[in-house]
Amino acid sequence: MDWRDTGILLATRRHGESSVILEVFTPERGRHAGVLRGGASRRMQPHLQPGTQLQLEWHARLEDHLGQYRVEPLRGRAATAMSDRVALAGLNATCAMLAFALPERVAHPRLYESSRNLLDLLHRPDLWPLAYMRWELALLNELGFGLDLTSCAVTGETEDLAYVSPRSGRAVTRAGAGDWAHRLLPLPPVLRGEGEASDREVHAGLEVTGFFLDSHLSPLAGRPLPAARAAFLDRLARRAET
Amino acid sequence: MSRPNRSEIDTLIDLLARLPGLGPRSARRAVLFLIRKRGILLQPLAEAMQAVAQNARECLNCGNVGTTEICEICSDDTRANGLLCVVEDVADLWAMERAGAFRGRYHVLGGTLSALDGVGPDELRIPQLKDRIAGEEITEVILALNQTVDGQTTAHYIADQIEDRVALSSLAQGVPIGGELDYLDDGTIGAALNARKRL
Repeated sequence: MDWRDTGILLATRRHGESSVILEVFTPERGRHAGVLRGGASRRMQPHLQPGTQLQLEWHARLEDHLGQYRVEPLRGRAATAMSDRVALAGLNATCAMLAFALPERVAHPRLYESSRNLLDLLHRPDLWPLAYMRWELALLNELGFGLDLTSCAVTGETEDLAYVSPRSGRAVTRAGAGDWAHRLLPLPPVLRGEGEASDREVHAGLEVTGFFLDSHLSPLAGRPLPAARAAFLDRLARRAET
Repeated sequence: MSRPNRSEIDTLIDLLARLPGLGPRSARRAVLFLIRKRGILLQPLAEAMQAVAQNARECLNCGNVGTTEICEICSDDTRANGLLCVVEDVADLWAMERAGAFRGRYHVLGGTLSALDGVGPDELRIPQLKDRIAGEEITEVILALNQTVDGQTTAHYIADQIEDRVALSSLAQGVPIGGELDYLDDGTIGAALNARKRL
């Protein structure tokens, strides 16, 4: 069994003295792990930072084996992010969320495209938080838990949408919410692509996506959302205050 | 033909084979060499290892490894110049000392923050760092952490914690001495270009 593809490096784990286990996100094979011999060497380490775009060759005797990678670095992204606190926290959050949310060896070509585009925006810390929030919406959608924020779940209205139902993930108008408003999540306009996309608004949007990620994906993964996501939100909240 | 004391020798081979850079074959060669040089190498080595096993400890102040409760660097008053260099590991401290370019004191974190490995701030010596800044009249903290995603995530975290108390700096990034551009990764070249200096 062997294949060639490109992929985004999500994480590395030391394997013995000189090898590492790479976890990559590829368009055709989804999240896929494999051993890289010599991956712990000083020559390879600069290239094996999370977010790096790699050319991959994977080989194994049987398809369900862990297999071995041969890699060629195409483009590093960590160096771009390292000097900016929000960008670095965002890079960590993106890679950690992909490693957390994606099942192994299931293709998600659209999510791969949006993840690659998101990581290519790391040099724009002004745009990045908004792009990340949209990416989380895409992640929920791709995994079958998409939010429907186009019209009210109660009245069908498309104006004055102010809440999200925590059960259905559908928008609700102020009138439709009535006495149940306190049991609904607030809907920041930025989640619908409206209003300003300040750090504060994006942070509020990420609180909503975080609720659904946590309630849908954490039980499947059997663990809480990655700490890297919370660190990114914390970083964004600090920037919003300044 | 059976060899006398085979079990002790095999135990020694097994233990040496666990060291970084050694495998069973190289451990066997090392043990044979030691046995042949029993008087001048094996015996002194065993005594030195015994002494280190008894006396090696972590410096209570900085986390360096030494044979006293407070290491030589921390006890040297001439190094109390207000500079504190924060490193990830004892190996990094020793590398800085080999270079001989820094005459202040160190603080060893004992690792980096890593969401993947579940290493949070409480697992590192960050609270002790805050105490030292207050107690040792530190004027500048140099963050000499590795230029990896985990290393720089840790650097940013520490900066958040202490930047309002003390001047902060980090090591420069760029082309290593003797380095050839053709062999550098794109991130290093970009960082070097951004940090270019006028001649």
